[in-house]
Amino acid sequence: MSLEAKQLTFGYRGKNRKRVLESVDLTVAHGERLGLAGPSGRGKTTLCKLLSGFEAPDGGTVLVDGKPLRDYRGICPVQMIWQHPETAVDPLMKLGDTLREGGPVEEELLEALHIQPAWLERYPAELSGGELQRFCIARALRPGVQYLLCDEITAMLDLITQAQIWTFLLEQVERRDLGLVIVSHNAPLLERLCTRIQDLDK
Amino acid sequence: MEPILQVKDLSISFTQYGRGTRQVLLPVIQDLSLTIRPGQVVAVVGSSGSGKSLLAHGILGILPYNSHMAGEITFLGQPLTPKRAEAVRGTEIVLVPQGVTYLDPLMKVGPQIRKGRRDQKARQASRTALKRYGLGEEVESLYPFELSGGMARRVLIATAAAETPKLVIADEPTPGLDARSAQRVLGHFRELADGGAGVLLITHDLELALTIADRVAVFYAGETVEEADAADFTAGKLRHPYTRALWNALPQNGFVPIPGAQPGPGEVGKGCPFAPRCPKQRPECLSPVSYRELEGGLVRCLYPEGEMV
Repeated sequence: MSLEAKQLTFGYRGKNRKRVLESVDLTVAHGERLGLAGPSGRGKTTLCKLLSGFEAPDGGTVLVDGKPLRDYRGICPVQMIWQHPETAVDPLMKLGDTLREGGPVEEELLEALHIQPAWLERYPAELSGGELQRFCIARALRPGVQYLLCDEITAMLDLITQAQIWTFLLEQVERRDLGLVIVSHNAPLLERLCTRIQDLDK
Repeated sequence: MEPILQVKDLSISFTQYGRGTRQVLLPVIQDLSLTIRPGQVVAVVGSSGSGKSLLAHGILGILPYNSHMAGEITFLGQPLTPKRAEAVRGTEIVLVPQGVTYLDPLMKVGPQIRKGRRDQKARQASRTALKRYGLGEEVESLYPFELSGGMARRVLIATAAAETPKLVIADEPTPGLDARSAQRVLGHFRELADGGAGVLLITHDLELALTIADRVAVFYAGETVEEADAADFTAGKLRHPYTRALWNALPQNGFVPIPGAQPGPGEVGKGCPFAPRCPKQRPECLSPVSYRELEGGLVRCLYPEGEMV
């Protein structure tokens, strides 16, 4: 049982079209924590988008526990947390409505992430970047998620909040036996968090 | 030497509507003082929601309409009035903003850097600026959504450096950059400072800040809790318990999170803002704590590290 990418190939449409990913393979099992490293522009975010169904590959397949990702309906079992939370939410929707779109979320989860109930009555622009990111983490951790893709999710947070969030996420990953993909430029962070590191540059 | 920027007792608060039509004044920054001299990189290190970005917006005079600012800001010896701020921002004072959302999504990168100018000189300047940050000419004809996170950030920096600013305010310029690019970007801020400009580096990344800053101010819940030369930090000489907690939370220094969260605006008591989470808290910490000098630095703590009690 694992999240598998087989020979993924992809390029963005447009006149400057160029291959971002060329025959990339990747496997993450439940309970595994895979680090993705590589310089900017090497396709780390793009790979996450393909793994979570935000983009369809030009070639190759994504399998979730043996079944193609595109055959899943409803809430995607692979949830992505984005580097820029302000671009990951609808700016014209109150956060509470954004959260309810995907079904119920545990109260405990909101509490553990220090999300104040008052925030849910606000619009995204009324929260700071770090607050919004914690909200996005709560949104991704809904029931039914099997794999979590974290694309540089703590890069904008202070050190104490970073340590808090990762301690929390690792505990969730363990308790719910999730598979985790962590994209980060912070080498000491990957060293500390991951069971295995794949370098996209090689 | 005359300071480029001097901030004295700056406070920023917001008016919000509470229940019905009752107005509530929400303080977000309190009694902030800061001096930047020519050639200096001053880092303001603090967590998200501590009011760091508002400091930048306050200096630039681009705070929202429901905000109030008290205190004094002096730029090159003259008070920085809203009118003057409007005249110098974008040329003498430039901002490298935090998010990619500051780029116009419907405008290609080239014209954005040139700010709409079309002459040959502007074209040349934008190309040079891009090249300086390791981006090729082809980037000029891309839209922001076609850029990777790291590229977008370099475009933001190129936009600011295309002018010859006296003061550069960099609001979280490094997240999303790989270690090498981050060092290169910070190196460019260092260069701008060495060329005589002042740089205000706003960041949460203590470690990176220490690699280029001359002086570091640590910010917590809208107040400065410690200010000292960067050399003190690298030597492990930390004054405030919050700074110590930040240090211990580095992945390579133990990755230890202290419990709790930073108090939000309006939740800060009269005393030290860190007191509720401080391992060394005593009852007297809940009364006002003065910002005092200690061995060449400043600290807002009754029982700082390294001082015998």
